[in-house]
Amino acid sequence: MVEVNLWSGLRDFTDGQTTVEVEAQNVGEVLRGLVKAYPQLEPVIDAGVSVAVDGKIIASGLTEPVRPDSEVFLLQQLKGG
Amino acid sequence: MGINEKITSDFKVVGTRPNRPDGVDKVTGRAKFGADAYAPGMLHAAIVRSPHAHARIVKIDTSKAEALKGVKAVVTRADFAEGLTGENWNILENVMASDTALYDGHAVAAVAATSALVARDAAKLVEIEYEQLPHVTDVDKAMAPDAPVIREGAADKSVPEGLHPNVVRYHDSGHGDVEAGFAEADLVIEDHFKTEATHQGYIEPHACLAQLGPDGKGEVWCCTQGHFNVQKVCAALVGTETSQIRVTASEIGGGFGGKTVVFIEPVALALSRKTNRPVKLVMSRSEVFRATGPTASTSMDVKIGMTKDGKITAGKGVFRLQGGAFPGAPMEFTAMCAFAPYALENVHQIGYDVMSNRPKQAAYRAPGSPMAAFAVESVIDELCNQLGLDPIEVRLKNASKQGTKASFGPKFDRIGLVETLEAAMAHPHFSAPLQPGQGRGISCGFWFNHGGETAVSLALSEDGTVALSVGTPDIGGSRASMGQIVAEELGIAYESVRTTIADTATLGYNEISHGSRVTYATGLATIKAARDVVKKLSARAAAKWGIDEEAVIWEDGCAKPAGPNAGEFEPLPLAKIARSMGRTGGPIVGHYEATPEGAGVSFATHIVDAEVDKETGQTKVVRYTVVQDAGKAIHPTYVEGQFQGGAAQGIGWALNEEYIYGEDGRLQNSIFLDYRIPVASDLPMIDTVIVEVPNPGHPYGVRGVGETSICPPLAAIANAVSNAAGVRLRELPMSPPRILEALEQQAAKG
Repeated sequence: MVEVNLWSGLRDFTDGQTTVEVEAQNVGEVLRGLVKAYPQLEPVIDAGVSVAVDGKIIASGLTEPVRPDSEVFLLQQLKGG
Repeated sequence: MGINEKITSDFKVVGTRPNRPDGVDKVTGRAKFGADAYAPGMLHAAIVRSPHAHARIVKIDTSKAEALKGVKAVVTRADFAEGLTGENWNILENVMASDTALYDGHAVAAVAATSALVARDAAKLVEIEYEQLPHVTDVDKAMAPDAPVIREGAADKSVPEGLHPNVVRYHDSGHGDVEAGFAEADLVIEDHFKTEATHQGYIEPHACLAQLGPDGKGEVWCCTQGHFNVQKVCAALVGTETSQIRVTASEIGGGFGGKTVVFIEPVALALSRKTNRPVKLVMSRSEVFRATGPTASTSMDVKIGMTKDGKITAGKGVFRLQGGAFPGAPMEFTAMCAFAPYALENVHQIGYDVMSNRPKQAAYRAPGSPMAAFAVESVIDELCNQLGLDPIEVRLKNASKQGTKASFGPKFDRIGLVETLEAAMAHPHFSAPLQPGQGRGISCGFWFNHGGETAVSLALSEDGTVALSVGTPDIGGSRASMGQIVAEELGIAYESVRTTIADTATLGYNEISHGSRVTYATGLATIKAARDVVKKLSARAAAKWGIDEEAVIWEDGCAKPAGPNAGEFEPLPLAKIARSMGRTGGPIVGHYEATPEGAGVSFATHIVDAEVDKETGQTKVVRYTVVQDAGKAIHPTYVEGQFQGGAAQGIGWALNEEYIYGEDGRLQNSIFLDYRIPVASDLPMIDTVIVEVPNPGHPYGVRGVGETSICPPLAAIANAVSNAAGVRLRELPMSPPRILEALEQQAAKG
């Protein structure tokens, strides 16, 4: 299992939880696991998110690997100028 | 190691300063910008724009315009695709209003005619009946309970109940216990800050030439930061298939984020489809100000606690960003960047995305971050002043490092903030004496940087030169740095490489040139494409010598046997292999397609000296030093240019630039005579220091540099001006009237 840290604004969608454990070996599975655990997260994730894995911010790659001891944070989608 | 295999550090071409490949074209006028394209039978277009800040469109009568000699077509919203949803709907609604004009300058109709003059005359003949609606342009007023609603139902589910419908997105993040942190502090300061919207101020207005036939096949030439995005958006908005629209990016006269957005290309395509002729559309400067995207305006509250010895115990920020009549103000970046330079045990940041009757905001270099730095770094400066602490030592004491839990959540990888602070402290500027009436300001700044979808192709010619095709418009010197990378990898002369911005039919999808991503992501793809070429060149040499490919190495532009066991062969130069490639297996082309995900974040520290005339309120920036971590500077001159450009734009943003709206909700200063960007005489020489702390996610260690340079200036200048004036400036721009007002208020307080 991988512990995923959410930004606190998502608590309303996760019964107050800011960390969620999911079965995942890559970023895509992390996102699918979050939606499976809390379907209300689906529009948030569909709108675009980034995932930080061990300090590396993954903007879009679903195949980036995740280990059980990885530090995983869901972040809002990064854009720039 | 995957994408980062073969880390390079012993450079021959990277890190040098060759001439820019587009330099001659630019100085001789040969470079072709957006408005420089012509086509046989071409028509000219003009857009009819709302004169009201908020109005229902009751009726559009195009008959008089259509009757004018030379007019070939008029389009309204009815001429665009129907049934769009999500962001495509928002873009179309901004490109051409449906039933409501949402801001002064909102496009309502467009005309194509045989000349630009006739098109402009015809635009005045389009009769539109409006029913004016209440409007709001200020962020705080737009959140107030009695504010007119811009669009019901625009808010997403992140917005807590009870907020005004103009609040359309909400962000809340942080960690620790800020109240406990404030209780530990010896001094807590809470303050309120505001910044006005500013425009990117690119000198080239938006321009395009478009053709769309009845078969749904089209061509677009335009100035843009992302022609693949233009292709995708245009296809959706005119209702055709993406691959049927071929888009070519012109040279670009500045973008800074403002040309990541589509405004006029779908209009030109719709007019072309209606007339079956090419249509050219060029915005005036006034249209650029009124109807393209400035940055968001802000209203911010920041509270920070500090101990007597300079440890920050807690930080809290509330950031309200007004982003015009559509969702998208980058309040999450404001929130996430605000405290990122500091290792805080207790931090809490809240963001509100607020709609108003203004043009849809667009990215402007590190969107959202400069305003956050202005608020946070102003409070830190005030804490340092009141506690008698050195501003750099305090920042060093609290600086984020590798392993620090960032204010936005994850732990930082290798970063260079401490190195920029140490370099700033060691710079002669920091210890230089100030003259009477002058003040010094320090600020740090942070930006994420980005990777993104990228595809490049590298083709050898028989004479040993190479053609690199990239899909990211060159907005900051990327053709030079890509040429250096190819020369470095292949071991050939920089002058032997020609880099072209390929059209959308030539390469796979390339994300926009944004997020400081090009030198990182396109550069990384170029490295990999060049290494693909080396592999193929080595294979040709191996075949010629009758040895295994693994027994060939590439060195100094030649294939060589890897060692004595591989055999005795004379080195085979690239040019010699290229000359015979048609007879040894065919053309040699390297390519690479990927979405690199290792963009390293970047920090900067700026030092500013400013002088304030307390009688007139006039401010002069007298000395400016930028220190920034570039990871690895491919072309240091261009890196320094990015540093200086960020500082120059920051000076304008901090001191003079602002969108001024009248009581009627109309923009009052839509030309450069009234919207005051800095000119050469407003700027000091801007010194630069390139710090190189390698990004672990890139083979050379590259970090993006284009955006971070605009993060610290607002704060550094505000701190300098406040220290010079002897009063804290909390609102941007710090124009003479605002400085005088602050001085008068301070005098009134005694």
